Amino acid sequence: MDVKKYIASGILELYVAGTLSEEENAQIHGYAKEYPEIQREIEAIEAAILALGEASYSGTPDFSSLKEHLERPKNPKVISLSGNWAKWKVYSGWAAAAVFAIGFFWSYIENGRLQSKMDFVNQENQVMEQQILEARNAVSDTEKLLNTLRNKDINVVSLDGQEASPNAYAKAYWNKKEQKVFIDALGLPEPPKGMVYQVWSLKLNPLTPTNLGLLKDFSTHENKVFTLLNPNESEAFGITLEPEGGSESPTLERLYTLGAIAS
Amino acid sequence: MELDSLITLFQKKDLTAFEKLYEMYSKNICGVINTIVRDTELAEEICQDVFLKIWNQSESYDVSKGRFFTWILNIARNAAIDEVRSKSYKQGKKNLPADYFVGILENKDNLNLKVDAIGLRSLLKNLKEQCKQLIELLYFKGYTQKEAAETLDIPLGTIKTRNRSCISQLRKNIP
Repeated sequence: MDVKKYIASGILELYVAGTLSEEENAQIHGYAKEYPEIQREIEAIEAAILALGEASYSGTPDFSSLKEHLERPKNPKVISLSGNWAKWKVYSGWAAAAVFAIGFFWSYIENGRLQSKMDFVNQENQVMEQQILEARNAVSDTEKLLNTLRNKDINVVSLDGQEASPNAYAKAYWNKKEQKVFIDALGLPEPPKGMVYQVWSLKLNPLTPTNLGLLKDFSTHENKVFTLLNPNESEAFGITLEPEGGSESPTLERLYTLGAIAS
Repeated sequence: MELDSLITLFQKKDLTAFEKLYEMYSKNICGVINTIVRDTELAEEICQDVFLKIWNQSESYDVSKGRFFTWILNIARNAAIDEVRSKSYKQGKKNLPADYFVGILENKDNLNLKVDAIGLRSLLKNLKEQCKQLIELLYFKGYTQKEAAETLDIPLGTIKTRNRSCISQLRKNIP
């Protein structure tokens, strides 16, 4: 074979370009092994194309970043997964939208639920505030009452149960200075319908009753402590049950409680 | 080390052998891709992909079917041409310049394209315009002889010898 002529034909340049048939390639591969001149010629042509390609790029290729890719476990999968990955992106997008919608709906419902719960709690709070206010008022009323009864000018008189109602009792707190008497009637039974308790100031010798007043609205009265005016020089207090409106003089058969003032 | 044994090691997934081959061919391969896509950043990306592909398909290279360089060159050209034909590329560069190396050298306003202008100029010194075109078509763009003949409007039978003389001139310019 005329090697020089073969080289001069230009077929080796096309071999490097990769434009020859498979048979031609195989043939040239064989010649290259056989004839070192052909091998050298091929390498020189390749070097020229390499140089031209290298001049067409001013960067410096970096193997380390490529190596990072290679060292990742089983990279070929990653490439073939790209289609699936795109699908996953779509699926996850829809999934995220669904989650968002459900979340939005849930928070809407939850918001309504919490709103009504809050309304209820607010109402409850108002009720409780009212109760606290009332309790405070009650306490201050009680304190007022206690202070009234503790007053040093007060004379405490125990009114004991009489024949008409042996278990009944009452207490009279008499502030002579202020001419007031406070009747604590907690120990008296509820008066029958149409009847009312009437309080009397008594002089004992001779027995002279003076009307002090009625224990009005007995059943609905809160603490059963009634305030009456008493300008008299009382020696005893008595409580009788009288027809509605009261009586001129006490009905002694219905004398419930009686107590004398200690002199 | 002999190229053949390097390739054998590479085909057995020897990373050191691969690195050596990478050093030998990567700058050229990136350059070929750069010539086609005319965007250095994009070229680097494709270049990296090409070498990944080579690694993953190393067993498919058959020494009897051609040069190892030619094998890589073919994969790189196909990857770059696929990119140029892609929608995203066409949207980015509506008017792909049909010029050759000369065009690359004269195109000052393409800031995305980085070439070794001095090196390229000295390599192409004394090469006829038709030579530059023929080399680019056959080696960088993977044209067949027939396609190159039609594109440059020269007889098919003369391609082989014309190319030989063009490459000879190029070889003279290698420092």
